[in-house]
Amino acid sequence: MDRRNFLKQSVFASGMTLIPSFLKGMEFLRPEQLSGYRNVIIIQLSGGNDGLNSIIPVSNDIYYSLRPEIAKKKEQTLKITDDLAFNNNLKAIAALYDLGEVSIINNVGYPNPNRSHFRSTDIWQTASDANQYLNTGWVGRYLDANCQHPYQAIEVDSSLSLALKGDTMNGIAVPDPNQLYKTTREPFFNNLVINTKNEMLDEDNQGYLYKTLLDTYSSASYIHETSKIYKTTTEYTNHPFAKNLKTIADFIVSGLKTRVYYSSLGGFDSHVNQLNSQDRLLNIYSEAVGALVKDLKKNDRFKDTLILTFSEFGRRVKQNGSRGTDHGAANNIIAIGGSLKKAGVYNELPNLSDLDDNGDIKYSIDFRRIYATILHKWLGVEDKMILHKKFSTLEFI
Amino acid sequence: MTSSLSDKQIQHLYWRIGFGISSTELKTIRKLSKNQIINGLFSKSKEYTALSMDFGALLKNPKDLSREERKQLQKLRRDKMNELNLLWYKQLVTTDQILREKMTLFFHDHFAVRLRTPRACLHLNNLIRKYALGNFGDMLMSVSKSPAMLLFLNNRQNRKNQPNENFSREVMELFTLGRDNGYTERDIKEAARAFTGWNFKKDGTFVFRQNHHDYGSKTFLGKTGNFTGEDIIKILLEKKQTARYLVEKLYIYFVNETIDTKHIDHLTNVFYNSGYNLKIVLKEILSSDWFYDVKHIGVKIKSPVELIVGLSKPFQIQYEDPKVLLYLQKKLNQILFFPPNVAGWPGGKTWIDNSTLMLRLKLASVILNSGVIEWSDKGDMPENMIIKQQIYKKVKSRLQKKVKAKPNWEVFLSGLEQKDKTELINFLLQPELSGTATQVISGLDPSDTKNFVIELLSLPEYQLC
Repeated sequence: MDRRNFLKQSVFASGMTLIPSFLKGMEFLRPEQLSGYRNVIIIQLSGGNDGLNSIIPVSNDIYYSLRPEIAKKKEQTLKITDDLAFNNNLKAIAALYDLGEVSIINNVGYPNPNRSHFRSTDIWQTASDANQYLNTGWVGRYLDANCQHPYQAIEVDSSLSLALKGDTMNGIAVPDPNQLYKTTREPFFNNLVINTKNEMLDEDNQGYLYKTLLDTYSSASYIHETSKIYKTTTEYTNHPFAKNLKTIADFIVSGLKTRVYYSSLGGFDSHVNQLNSQDRLLNIYSEAVGALVKDLKKNDRFKDTLILTFSEFGRRVKQNGSRGTDHGAANNIIAIGGSLKKAGVYNELPNLSDLDDNGDIKYSIDFRRIYATILHKWLGVEDKMILHKKFSTLEFI
Repeated sequence: MTSSLSDKQIQHLYWRIGFGISSTELKTIRKLSKNQIINGLFSKSKEYTALSMDFGALLKNPKDLSREERKQLQKLRRDKMNELNLLWYKQLVTTDQILREKMTLFFHDHFAVRLRTPRACLHLNNLIRKYALGNFGDMLMSVSKSPAMLLFLNNRQNRKNQPNENFSREVMELFTLGRDNGYTERDIKEAARAFTGWNFKKDGTFVFRQNHHDYGSKTFLGKTGNFTGEDIIKILLEKKQTARYLVEKLYIYFVNETIDTKHIDHLTNVFYNSGYNLKIVLKEILSSDWFYDVKHIGVKIKSPVELIVGLSKPFQIQYEDPKVLLYLQKKLNQILFFPPNVAGWPGGKTWIDNSTLMLRLKLASVILNSGVIEWSDKGDMPENMIIKQQIYKKVKSRLQKKVKAKPNWEVFLSGLEQKDKTELINFLLQPELSGTATQVISGLDPSDTKNFVIELLSLPEYQLC
């Protein structure tokens, strides 16, 4: 049974009466609304992915001379152009690239780069300047400004990243929609929710706990009810990251009114013998994204989806003394989508003969220009307020 | 000053420096003066109890292992890490040295190490425990030279002409000065050169490998010399900012996440002038009047460890399969010996999101009452609620099947002085009640003490201390 029939027979035919009263007013997308409802999936490769060994400047002598032990030989890569190639563990991504569904944006970073994981992750997630400390994330501020419900930004994980934390609204962390739903259905918690009025809540920790309870309660119902509509049959690998992308596919195809999905793959922080571990992780990433895209295509949702992959920083060009690389600065990011305006290699390759004082790649595109592009051109909202500044947009969508 | 503390203030003290207080203990403690209470805490923590365990095949030289044994090594390491985790949990629940263990927990977060090498982790944990109420400078030096830290921040790979600056960066950013507090990228590079040659032998003892050390001149924080790693640490300790950074962290952990600059200034002076004596600075905090101010009581979100241990202690919970403690830690985002990264657990509101909150609220009913909160509203309970509740009794939650805990209610109930509604609320919940809690409690029947207790522990208020 396809989604359309399922919808007709179950939800609409049986009526909305199954849905608890406090859910009234919540909407999920009807089939005719589903097409064209754009969403973005953001994937963080946590720990600082070495972009130079992911998308490799195969004709660059400096790359080979600075990385005598860890440079990728041409035969270990998948050709993009004469000068550039994918790590051969990115097979699925390379295949999408050949279909014109991938845009590679080089030299993305920010001024005065910070090389600490959590600080640089904070900078990327809050869209702050390097010397500015924000306690809300850019997706959270998008929720604040443009959304009505926490579930409009979902992180498929057991905990919520700073990126999805706003001032007045947080996104929802959902590792498994059923479990979240079950835990909220106890009569005692029902009673707590019924007796809580938003206006009673203070800004302190106690108010925060109650507010989170209310948000959880209503979002759990919504996600649970709506995500029943579609369960994918596409095969994903067994890795937890692949499972998370599978959950995202279920949500998108089911028609959740979610605009931003967030997920991360960790383990990229190796300073020693980096090749094996990075290759393994890139393969996990590539296979999972490949399955996700296949799934979305099957259900005609790929054209409405944009997948953005970033890491909190790249790695130093020169290898360190232990067949690894230390924390670096600017890096490439990958945008994947069914409606890209400019696919291919978006801009100039990193200039390895003009590195910064630490020997790291200099940035030429501020990462917030990419956020501005997504907010303005893809999600159709005012980006300046969310990013606190006007950033010029790019042309990939 | 021999002013005495109210019950609420004693509970506050015990929650912050430990995991709450039992009613039996409260009966005795309340008769003592404030000074006696505080001195008692320190004298109980005078000694320390090291964790110890048998590492089996992990102690052997890998060369002497059979192929089969080598294959099993990874699994063995994982098992031993779990064993170590549970060993510490047990100690946290049963120890009398509560202040020392809480300080160990504090530094477990400060010197956050995420490794899969149980011997190194156990060693580091005992090292921290040993210095937990001693001298921070000594602790910093020993920790920096411990196999765990040398492994985790790659100082073993840091060699002359092949620097690895991981440790050098974090020692400033996370262990001493704090992020962006008066050092530059250049200082990091120079300090990394000074730490070259630091390594450890097979048996875990520290060794300085001269041929890996960069003997050249370094300029670090405005000083120039042929510095060694020890020199760098000494220079960092000379900076008052190091004392301030530590004091701020202690204040956030023990007092309030909102910093009071006046108190921080004072404590920084005390700590710095004492030569980084942790006992002195801690005593200064606990002996102050402001520590017991109502604005600090019941405002801290319990860490998962505080929550689980705090719940386990008064009920002497026995878990049929103690591994469930690992499951709970994972689900609540705080696995001992497995911090998210070198910066440790961010704490505060970040403990709370939709999924962790629901599990936290359910924890009491799962552990104490087979997963069901007996919702006993005296008023007009809607009919579908009753049906729902019956369903929930039947379908014991998945979590409960997993947890299988045996609480000792007898011990808990017989210890209680009063079973009066107000008394129970005051004893079990630290913060002022919210409007919701007041409303919900007014509808509850306190005559079934057991049930009433579970209901109180299922309120969001119980998440605070």
